[in-house]
Amino acid sequence: MFRNQYDTDVTTWSPAGRLFQVEYAMEAVKQGSAAIGLRSKTHVVLACVNKANSELSSHQKKIFKVDDHIGVAIAGLTADGRVLSRYMRSECINYSFTYESPLPVGRLVVQLADKAQVCTQRSWKRPFGVGLLVGGLDESGAHLYYNCPSGNYFEYQAFAIGSRSQAAKTYLERKFESFMGSSRDDLIKDALFAIKETLQGEKLKSSICTVAVLGVGEPFHILDQETVQQVINAHEIVEEEASAEQEAAAAADQDAPSADEAAPADQGIAPMDI
Amino acid sequence: YPYVTGTSVVGVKYKDGILMASDMGASYGSTLRYKSVERMKPIGKHSLLGASGEISDFQEILRYLDELILYDNMWDDGNSLGPKEVHSYLTRVMYNRRNKFNPLWNSLVLGGVKNGKKYLGTVSMIGVHFEDNHVATGFGNHLARPILREEWREDLSYEDGVKLLEKCMRVLLYRDRSAVNKIQIAKITEEGVSISKPYSLRTFWEFNAFRNPTVGAEGSW
Repeated sequence: MFRNQYDTDVTTWSPAGRLFQVEYAMEAVKQGSAAIGLRSKTHVVLACVNKANSELSSHQKKIFKVDDHIGVAIAGLTADGRVLSRYMRSECINYSFTYESPLPVGRLVVQLADKAQVCTQRSWKRPFGVGLLVGGLDESGAHLYYNCPSGNYFEYQAFAIGSRSQAAKTYLERKFESFMGSSRDDLIKDALFAIKETLQGEKLKSSICTVAVLGVGEPFHILDQETVQQVINAHEIVEEEASAEQEAAAAADQDAPSADEAAPADQGIAPMDI
Repeated sequence: YPYVTGTSVVGVKYKDGILMASDMGASYGSTLRYKSVERMKPIGKHSLLGASGEISDFQEILRYLDELILYDNMWDDGNSLGPKEVHSYLTRVMYNRRNKFNPLWNSLVLGGVKNGKKYLGTVSMIGVHFEDNHVATGFGNHLARPILREEWREDLSYEDGVKLLEKCMRVLLYRDRSAVNKIQIAKITEEGVSISKPYSLRTFWEFNAFRNPTVGAEGSW
């Protein structure tokens, strides 16, 4: 995207009917490190890549427990993500207190989306620069939602956001039809495989990724490093498994963003409409 | 302070759901002023609320619940508030008013069935709340609950449940000054709520004790 005269304010439309500030916010999500989510009928698994800035520093926390039955993985401006997680936790706990019942995920997601929409229509605010993968369990089963900075939300069988997420999405697209009936352990295995896709050439270790699970009879919790490493070892999710075609597909996907920069900013579908 | 009041409500769990009974009287102090007041109302798809105490406060509570159910339906998302949620909500409302020294002068009985699970609970005007297999308000606490403690069992049939409730209501009719002989029995199951048409109980006033009430009492002849 090029800089242009319609992108200073979130309350300024471009002649092509786009809100550039919102689109820039979604760019921020694409630059963040990868997060993926997938679900079956009874379980949801969230996983993300956790790279520390240097060997001396600790990792950014990107997966948050919102309630026993809801968890969220974020990509983008983690500070914005923390604020939204705090909001979600507060909504859940207030509902629990009044109704002694867990807040249905679908309703939380709508409230979150409305909160994001407000920031796209006030001149003194800016859109949240974070994408949220919300996984939760309610009466109608397990659900996975994606909340955009634009205020849109969609329900998914499986999804990936953040940098190099296209590689993970390709993997998930191949496998997603079987997810509904998958066992909990198969879901975790598939999540780690998808994470591996986003690591270009790097070895998958439990120290650079985080995995969280929730499901029927299993409150949301983050798996500890040992358990994750065991799953990795058990399925030998290592670099050697990547076939040549997968690496070529990943390389081809990286070309797409650079092609965007060459094209004039106002052409093409606005990302938030997809 | 309450002005127009309803008397006891009695509720029991039975095989298919909940049965609740109340009379149709509303007293104005010691006058039995109104005799066709429905003190039990369905709430949403899954619940039934019965109230004793100030009738205008009951009507206010029905308005609150109406709004609550409306917003719940507006979500249009396949989730709906069950009896447990309504009961917790009412508890919060009653307790909150009590803390402001402006209580809703009611004792409520909330029953319902959702996804096969039966729920029967009660909330008082000071926010005391609990759930049980059989509950009662007002005079029912003193006269009906001992009967229920003895005679309630798991998985009562509909006929047995109604007989049990009628027994309680009959005792209340004999002994509670604010009871009237026009009762309704409400049933709630997974399929929904139905409140019976009003009917009266058969009473027997020819007991010896009734014919000559003061025989044996101190200072009487």
